[in-house]
Amino acid sequence: MQKVSLEINGKKVSREIEDHTLLSTLLRDILSLTGTHIGCDTSQCGACVVHVDGKSVKSCTLFAADIHGSKVTTIEGLANNGKMHPMQEAFKKLHGLQCGFCTPGMVMSAVDLLKNNKKPSDQEIRDWLEGNICRCTGYQNIVAAVKEAASKM
Amino acid sequence: MKGFNFHSVKNVKEAKKLASGKSAFLAGGMTTIPAMKLRLASYSDIIDIKNIKDLSGIKVSSKSLKIGATTKHAEVAASKEVKKAISSLAHLADGIGDPQVRNRGTIGGSIANNDPAADYPAACLALNAIIHTSDRKIVSDKFFKGMFETALKKGELIQAVEFQVPDKSCYVKFPNPASRYAIVGVYVAKYKKEVNVAVTGVESAVFRCKKIESALKSNFSSSAIDGVKISSSGFNSDIHASSDYRAHLIKVLAKKAVAGCK
Ligand SMILES: Cc1cc2nc3c(=O)[nH]c(=O)nc-3n(C[C@H](O)[C@H](O)[C@H](O)COP(=O)(O)OP(=O)(O)OC[C@H]3O[C@@H](n4cnc5c(N)ncnc54)[C@H](O)[C@@H]3O)c2cc1C
Ligand code: FES
Ligand code: FES
Repeated sequence: MQKVSLEINGKKVSREIEDHTLLSTLLRDILSLTGTHIGCDTSQCGACVVHVDGKSVKSCTLFAADIHGSKVTTIEGLANNGKMHPMQEAFKKLHGLQCGFCTPGMVMSAVDLLKNNKKPSDQEIRDWLEGNICRCTGYQNIVAAVKEAASKM
Repeated sequence: MKGFNFHSVKNVKEAKKLASGKSAFLAGGMTTIPAMKLRLASYSDIIDIKNIKDLSGIKVSSKSLKIGATTKHAEVAASKEVKKAISSLAHLADGIGDPQVRNRGTIGGSIANNDPAADYPAACLALNAIIHTSDRKIVSDKFFKGMFETALKKGELIQAVEFQVPDKSCYVKFPNPASRYAIVGVYVAKYKKEVNVAVTGVESAVFRCKKIESALKSNFSSSAIDGVKISSSGFNSDIHASSDYRAHLIKVLAKKAVAGCK
């Protein structure tokens, strides 16, 4: 067993967990933060993307013990005082989702993009979202939503 | 996934002491964790090497560029030093997988894993890299042994990869559209006295294409490759590309790489 302490969405969390506990398992099964989705569970689809110390990573491919002491932000941590993050607003406004399964990962990944590239081109958005697979939308509205969010942030 | 004991170590000595026939070092985990989930691999001990000081970072001199084993792909891709010394290497790192893979995956893990379609092994062969391990220095020509096989002994830890700065170089890959691994990747590097052409994605492990190298040695231009004959015998053949198509791609990509050399 490992004692793991993290700051998740601004709250300090400490748990005794089995050594092989994935971050996605800790979030979903232990802390009931089920906004982070598991699509493939083999590092391909990006539905599980969260931020660890400000960088987007696949939580299904990360041992929680590996990031002891880190700050984690999940989709639940984006809204501020009940007001959606501009990226979430843009996805809603421009229909950047249909079933919504890929959406938490898409949003977390796209938020990370805008940290380093304030005005990404369509191609840069598509390149950045390489690791996020959507089975519904055909990506057009996702790209449009990321552009819209960039113009608002 | 089968259970294991997780160890986070602070120095190389500790890492080596814990290593056994049933352990694995953990760097980015981008290969190890999926393999463990699929039960292609299981270990009793996982030894996290990312907290070892001095294993991460980039050092440049006029002749060489040394990258610490736990340096992430994203760090190499964004590094001003790498872009200045060997821009093709920053470009290669920027083309690995996706941003989340690049935020975790490391150069040491990529080389130790030696996937037949990985990018960094091609860079090592083309750029005369020396692999610095906990025990010795290994030249790249002696490092990549076969499919997922290297010269590393059990418990031997890669500490850094030292590339020789070329006059000019370029890496071009034809990526698998899903994973971005190379269906074929060709790395061309020109030095004063030699031209190296490394090919990945095509055989069980990365190799140097001597035929194209000798054609380019006398005439360093794309057209010099036109007359070279590449036999597809022994090449990988799968749902992504037949062996003949891969043989064809080697020439196409090598020509693009020569034209793109800077
Ligand atoms: C979706 C996806 C797409 C990818 N696309 C590409 C791609 O386009 N091109 C590409 O080249 N790769 C690709 N990869 C692989 C990626 O580059 C990995 O980062 C790399 O293969 C392994 O590096 P790691 O640091 O994650 O190693 P780990 O998974 O931590 O380790 C891999 C192996 O190396 C050993 N090891 C790690 N570090 C050391 C060390 N310092 N000394 C000795 N042994 C060590 C480990 O014990 C283990 O056996 C992809 C991976 C994924 C999941
Ligand atoms: S669930 Fe993590 S990448 Fe698909
Ligand atoms: S909205 Fe359904 S998978 Fe993307």
